[in-house]
Amino acid sequence: MAAANLRAAGGLPRIDVRNVSLRYFTLQGETQALDDISLTVAPGEFVSIIGQSGCGKSTLLSIIAGILEPSGGSVTVDGRPVTGPSPSIGYMLQQDYLYEWRSILDNALLGAQIQKRDMREARERAIHLLHKCGMGDFLHHYPRQLSGGMRQRVALARTLVTNPDVVLLDEPFSALDSQTRLAIADEVVEVLRSEGKSVVLVTHDIGEAIAMTDRVVVLSRRPGRIKSEHLMRFPSHGKRPTPFEARALPEFNTYFSTLWDELDVHVEG
Amino acid sequence: MSAEMNAVPPMTMPASAAALPAATPAKVPSAAYAKWLARQRREKTLVLASRLLLLAAFFGLWEILAKTKVVNPMLTSYPSALWPTFVDLLHNGNLLTHTWATFKATVVGFVLSMVFGIAIAAGLWWSRFANKVLDPFLVVANAMPKIAFVPIFYIWLGSEYSVYGMAVAIAIFVTIMVAYEGFQSTDPNKIKLATTLGASRAQVLRMVVLPGSVPTLIAALKMNIGLSLVGVIVGEFQSASEGLGFLIVNGSQVFKLNIVMTAIVVLALMSALMYLVIARVEHHLARRYG
Repeated sequence: MAAANLRAAGGLPRIDVRNVSLRYFTLQGETQALDDISLTVAPGEFVSIIGQSGCGKSTLLSIIAGILEPSGGSVTVDGRPVTGPSPSIGYMLQQDYLYEWRSILDNALLGAQIQKRDMREARERAIHLLHKCGMGDFLHHYPRQLSGGMRQRVALARTLVTNPDVVLLDEPFSALDSQTRLAIADEVVEVLRSEGKSVVLVTHDIGEAIAMTDRVVVLSRRPGRIKSEHLMRFPSHGKRPTPFEARALPEFNTYFSTLWDELDVHVEG
Repeated sequence: MSAEMNAVPPMTMPASAAALPAATPAKVPSAAYAKWLARQRREKTLVLASRLLLLAAFFGLWEILAKTKVVNPMLTSYPSALWPTFVDLLHNGNLLTHTWATFKATVVGFVLSMVFGIAIAAGLWWSRFANKVLDPFLVVANAMPKIAFVPIFYIWLGSEYSVYGMAVAIAIFVTIMVAYEGFQSTDPNKIKLATTLGASRAQVLRMVVLPGSVPTLIAALKMNIGLSLVGVIVGEFQSASEGLGFLIVNGSQVFKLNIVMTAIVVLALMSALMYLVIARVEHHLARRYG
């Protein structure tokens, strides 16, 4: 279900990024961070964006989320232009950033409270989601009592409580140790798929991109341009593998070496 | 790839250990654990006993040195002479009225400088422009010896309000600077998170910046109470007709060091009491905000 196929079939993309560019101004000069990015994401599709540090991939996510205004081009979600943070977009940051003065349940309710939703309904949904993310026994705990993986699960629940159509993940596992990130990638993908979300994942971890998403977009070095797109298909498995299963499939290694060459990594020093 | 992986910071807690949020003590504590607990208790008792001993030694030394005329008791007075003075002041000298006046003025000054200090700091956080403009003035105002204003405050505000004014003048600038520093050091990512959820600036202030700064505000609280007391006493030196500061100045003018020393001891007790109250508040808040 590539975006191109979808467009040919006449479906409306969930996210439509058109010719987006971004320039930064500082007193030292100006920097072209993103250059002419166009990208669509279909409803229910998982797309990842990979690129080296500083290529502007997180910046692109901030633009889609509406917290950064592009210098040129436009972003629409479900046909509506993005002009600021919107309840239909959920954003998961690199770390959980749970508020340590709020209980787990109250942390999960942050978005609902900010958006002045019906709190009784939101509470029910938060409890349901926390159970779904395996945090049901910790509703009244405080963040400092939880491990990194547990905290990131709460962050996922917090993102989903306001029921956004699109979830943006900005290296959401980068603060976790490698075992935890493998385990939690499975859980997060499962929850997001079962909720029918469209997902954009930004990561510098090639394996994570291949295992978690349907399509991988490679960004070039600054200024970030789209270098190539790759569909992740696992015919040897039949139905869609979980991220953990995907890592053991033969296709995984093929994709890995392709993407590794695309990224053109040079270790400096 | 591997270089990037290595760059990932390790998690702060191992997942397995952290999965037990509160340590669940074993039903029957082992002998080693009982011993460890006993040692902890012993240390706590020892600290408390040492403190009391230190206090007793101080008063004992004071008494002995004055009684044996190593120091001139006319100048230092001595503890056993303070008690009769204390009782006398209590019955005939309105000690309670003086203490209450000082206490009330301190609380008023403390509350005013806390409320206005935090409000001004929030205003500075809100407007980066205002902060840039006002920053040097604040630094100078804070460095100014506010005591220089005592006579002016007396003329402007009269005898009662000049005491409050002095307390606020001495305490508020530190409150503003400490609170602003706390607001400013709020993790920008916590603010970004609220912003992605659609939070307005007022919501960010109320839901992120203020609760996130509670530990800093407690630090400001501690400084503030001490400084308010300083301001009150200094104010009373000049202008008041009651209060412990008045008692101290009055006593020294007629060379009754017993009165001066008694007032100072009462002042020390008052500081200790206020410190205890704040420690309670801190303990209560630290459980949630620490």
